[in-house]
Amino acid sequence: MSVIVAFLLFAFVVGVGFLAGMVPGLQPVFGKFLPWLAFFVFVGGVVWRIWKWASSPVPFRIPSTCGQNKSLDWIKPARLDNPTTTLGVIGRMLLEVLFFRSLFRNTKAEVHDGPHVAYGSSKWLWVGAMAFHWSLLIIFMRHFRFFMEPVPFFATGIASLDGFMQIGIPELYVTNILIVGALSYLLIRRLLNPQVRYISLPADYFPLMLILGIVLTGIMMRHFSWFRVDLIKVKQVAMGFIAFDTVAVPKGIGAIFWVHITLICTLLFYFPFSKLMHAGGVFMSPTRNLANNNRFKRHVNPWNPEVEVHEYEHWEHMYHDKMVACGLPLDKPTDEEA
Amino acid sequence: MSGAGFPKGFPTPEDLASVDLQTTPLKGWMDPKVNFEGRRGTWSYPAGAKNLKALKMHNPREWSPADEDWKLPKDWKKTILNGMADRLERFRSFKIMMDICVRCGACADKCHFFIGSGDSKNMPVLRAELLRSIYRREFTTVGKILGGLAGGRELTVDVLKEWYYYFYQCTECRRCSVFCPYGIDTAEVTMIARELLNLVGLNINWVLEPAANCQRTGNHLGIEPHAFVDNIDFFLDEIEENVGYKPEVPINKKNADILFITPSGDVFADPAIYTLMGYFLLFDYLKKNHGFNWTMSAYASEGGNFGLFSSNEMIKRLNAKMYREAERLDVKWILGGECGHMWRVVNQYMDTMNGPAPKNLVLPKSPFTPTIFENAASTKMVHIAEFTADLIKHKKLPLDPSRNDRYKVTFHDSCNPARAMGLLEEPRYILNNVCNNFYEMPSSTIRESTFCCGGGAGLGNDENFEMRMRGGLPRGNAVRYVQQKHGVNVLSCICAIDKATLPPVCDYWAPGVEVHGVHELLANALVIKEGEVRVNNLRGEPLKDESEASEGEE
Ligand code: SF4
Ligand code: SF4
Repeated sequence: MSVIVAFLLFAFVVGVGFLAGMVPGLQPVFGKFLPWLAFFVFVGGVVWRIWKWASSPVPFRIPSTCGQNKSLDWIKPARLDNPTTTLGVIGRMLLEVLFFRSLFRNTKAEVHDGPHVAYGSSKWLWVGAMAFHWSLLIIFMRHFRFFMEPVPFFATGIASLDGFMQIGIPELYVTNILIVGALSYLLIRRLLNPQVRYISLPADYFPLMLILGIVLTGIMMRHFSWFRVDLIKVKQVAMGFIAFDTVAVPKGIGAIFWVHITLICTLLFYFPFSKLMHAGGVFMSPTRNLANNNRFKRHVNPWNPEVEVHEYEHWEHMYHDKMVACGLPLDKPTDEEA
Repeated sequence: MSGAGFPKGFPTPEDLASVDLQTTPLKGWMDPKVNFEGRRGTWSYPAGAKNLKALKMHNPREWSPADEDWKLPKDWKKTILNGMADRLERFRSFKIMMDICVRCGACADKCHFFIGSGDSKNMPVLRAELLRSIYRREFTTVGKILGGLAGGRELTVDVLKEWYYYFYQCTECRRCSVFCPYGIDTAEVTMIARELLNLVGLNINWVLEPAANCQRTGNHLGIEPHAFVDNIDFFLDEIEENVGYKPEVPINKKNADILFITPSGDVFADPAIYTLMGYFLLFDYLKKNHGFNWTMSAYASEGGNFGLFSSNEMIKRLNAKMYREAERLDVKWILGGECGHMWRVVNQYMDTMNGPAPKNLVLPKSPFTPTIFENAASTKMVHIAEFTADLIKHKKLPLDPSRNDRYKVTFHDSCNPARAMGLLEEPRYILNNVCNNFYEMPSSTIRESTFCCGGGAGLGNDENFEMRMRGGLPRGNAVRYVQQKHGVNVLSCICAIDKATLPPVCDYWAPGVEVHGVHELLANALVIKEGEVRVNNLRGEPLKDESEASEGEE
C-alpha cells in the first residue's frame, strides 16, 4: 500500500519531467525558475529546520555510553564510544557520520527451539548504507564539471578515480554501479523484510524511488545512445543556473534530461520537510554529540523547575516519636528532651 | 531450586519462547486497539488514587485498564497536545527524535520485549512511531494536510490506551539507542510519553507507590526510620550468626567523612540484603583497620529513584534528598551503592537538577589510597564499585577468592551503568579478584549490548509477570548458555532491581542459577582478621559445597 502510493507519486513526477521535455515552452521554467526555487527552498528549509531544532534547549546531558567510562587511572576508557572530551565527541561524531559506527554494530536476533536466542552478524544494511551515501557524495562532486569552468580539479580527479575500471566508452563509473546496487538493495529490503515492510510509510519509499530515478536517468543519458544528450548544452543550462543569468535555455536537449532535472528539483523541495533531514539531525543527536562528563562538569538546564521536596525538618517532625524510640539523633529535640 | 512461585498454568519456557519475529499482523500498525482483558499478565495496574494525591498528581481515581471507561479528564486531548507542544519546546531530544527516524529497522530486534514477544509494536521504532504519528499529524504541515498518507494518526482514546500499553512495556533500557545510526533513544521517547500520560492520570502503581513512599518516608519501600534501624539491626545479627562478627552501622551521624546511600531494596529484600551485609562487612573492616568514618541516613534512605520512570520533575524531587542530607550531616562526599537506574540519575541528572553540590562536599578522595576521584569532581558522588576496585588495586583488602569456590560466576551488566555511564570494568575487576571462576556471557548480551532483566522502569510487578518473563528471555537464555557451557550457578550484578527481577528470570529460563550482588561475593572473600577461619558464607551456606557434583547442572 505505502509502496504503491509512493510509486504513483513518483510516476507523476516523472510524467511532469517528460512533459517538460516535450513542450519546449516549459523548458525555461524547468531549466531556470524551478531549479532556483528548489535550491532556495532547500537551503532555506534546511536552515529553518536546524534553527528550529537548535531553538529547543538540551536540558540534560544524556549520551548513550557504548564503552568504558573514564574513571580510575588504570582503567582504559573508551575515548570514542564513551567520550568525555570535546575531541572525543568529535571523534565519535566523525565515526558516526563518515562510517556509520552504530549501524556497524547491527546484529540479527533469532529465536530457535530450545529455546535458543542467537545473534547473527548482520552487516548488509551497513554495507548498503555506506555504498549509497558515499557514492552519492562522489557523484555529487563529479557533477561540478557541469557547474564550473574550468572544471575544478577535484571533480576531474574523482571522476578519473571513479572510472578507474576503464570499461566502455564513456567509461563506467564504479559509483554508478554501487549506487544502483545499494538503492535497489535498500528498496528490496524494505519490501521483503516483513518487519521493515510493516513499519514503512510512503515517505520511506518515495525518496528511494526519487533518488533511484535520478541515478537511472543520469546513467541512461551517459551510457545509452538512444538517450544521449548534448553535454555542451547541458553545461550551458547548468552554468546559466549557477550564474543566475537570464540567457535563454538552449533547445533540443533530450526529454530524459528534463526528467532528471525535475526529479532533482523534487528531491530538493522534499528534503527539508522529510526524514531526509536525518542528514542534519544526526549532528544534533543528544545521545551522540554530548560528552559523558556530567559527574565532573556541570551541565545547566535553562528551565530547571522548582519542585516540592520533603525537607528533613518536616520529616523529623513527622517521625519524631519513632526516632526517639529507636535512638536516632534529632536536630530539634522537644523542650523536655533538650 | 525449582521454579517455585510461577502463577498456576503459566506456560512452559518452550511454549513461551515459541515467538515468531518474522510475521507481522495483517492489520497495519496504525490501528490502535489493544485487548487489555485478553492480555492480562502483560500490563501493570494503574496507580492508586492515594498515591497520586500524595504526590499532588493529576486525575486521581480508581480505575482499571480492562474497563471501557478510563475516566479521563474532559479536556484530555487538549492537555496531551499542549503537553507535547511544551515538551517540543523544552527538549531538543524530543524534537529531533520525532523528526529524524528513517525507519531503517536497525533497532527493531534489539529490544528484549520484541525478542520475547514477537509483538511488532515492541520494536523500538514502532513504539516511538505510536507517538510520532500523532506528532506528524498535529505538529507538521505535511501531516496536517495529508494525514494518514504522511504517517499521521488522529489522537483518540484508543491511541491513549495503546500508549499506556506500550510505553509501560518499555523498560527504558536504551539498548535500542546503541544500535540506531542517529542515536534515537526510545527510552527518551518513552520518558516523554510517560510524562504526557501522567498529565491525564495514566500511570502505573509500581512506579508511583514507591515514588510516594519515597517522598514521605525517604525510601521506595516506605520503611519508616525506626523500622530502618530495626531492619539493619536484624541484618547485623544475621551477619554475626553467619560470619562471627557484628559490624557497627552508624545512622544519621553528623560529621562523618562519607555518607553512604544505597537502594532500599538492599535493606528489605532477599537476595539484595546479602549485598547490604557485604557493604557492612567491608566498611567495618575499613573502620577497624583504617578508621573509616561513615554513616547511612534514614532520611536519604533511598539510592534509587522511581521518578526516572515518571517525570523529570519527580526525579528532581526525590533526588534532592541526597544533597540535602549530605549538607545537614556535614559529610565530605557521598558513596553510592549497587543500583542501576540510581546511577543513571546520579551520572546524568543529579548535578543538573539539584547541583551544584553543597559547599561542605569536597573533591572525593579515597581515605585509604592516594586516589582522587576526579571523575566525580562536580557531583561529589562515587560508585561503590569504583571505590572497592581502587581498594583492591592498592592492595588494601586481603582477599581469599577460594571462599567463593562453590560459585561459578557470570556478570550481568545492568542497563543504566552500562549505557548511561559506562561502568564496565570496575565490577569485573572486583569479581576477578574475589572469585576463581568467572565466565562472561556471549558478547552480544553484555557490556553496552547488555539485555535488560525485563522488569526495570517500574515493570517488575506481579501482574506483569508474563511480559517480564518474555522480556527476560534474552538475558535468561544467555545465562542458560554459560550454565550449560561452564556450569555457571551464580549471576552477579550491581543493581537492586536486578536482584528482585532476575531470580524469577533465572528460575524460569535457567533454573539452578542464583543471583548475587558483587559486594556479597566480595565480603565472602574478605579476610577480616588474619588467620580467620570462615565456615559459612553470608547466606549461611557452607563455603565448600559437599554436593557439588550432583548439583550445578540441574
Ligand atoms: S534504528 Fe533509529 S532510524 Fe532506524 S528505525 Fe530505529 S529509531 Fe529509526
Ligand atoms: S529502551 Fe529498551 S525496552 Fe525500550 S524500546 Fe528500547 S530496547 Fe525496548
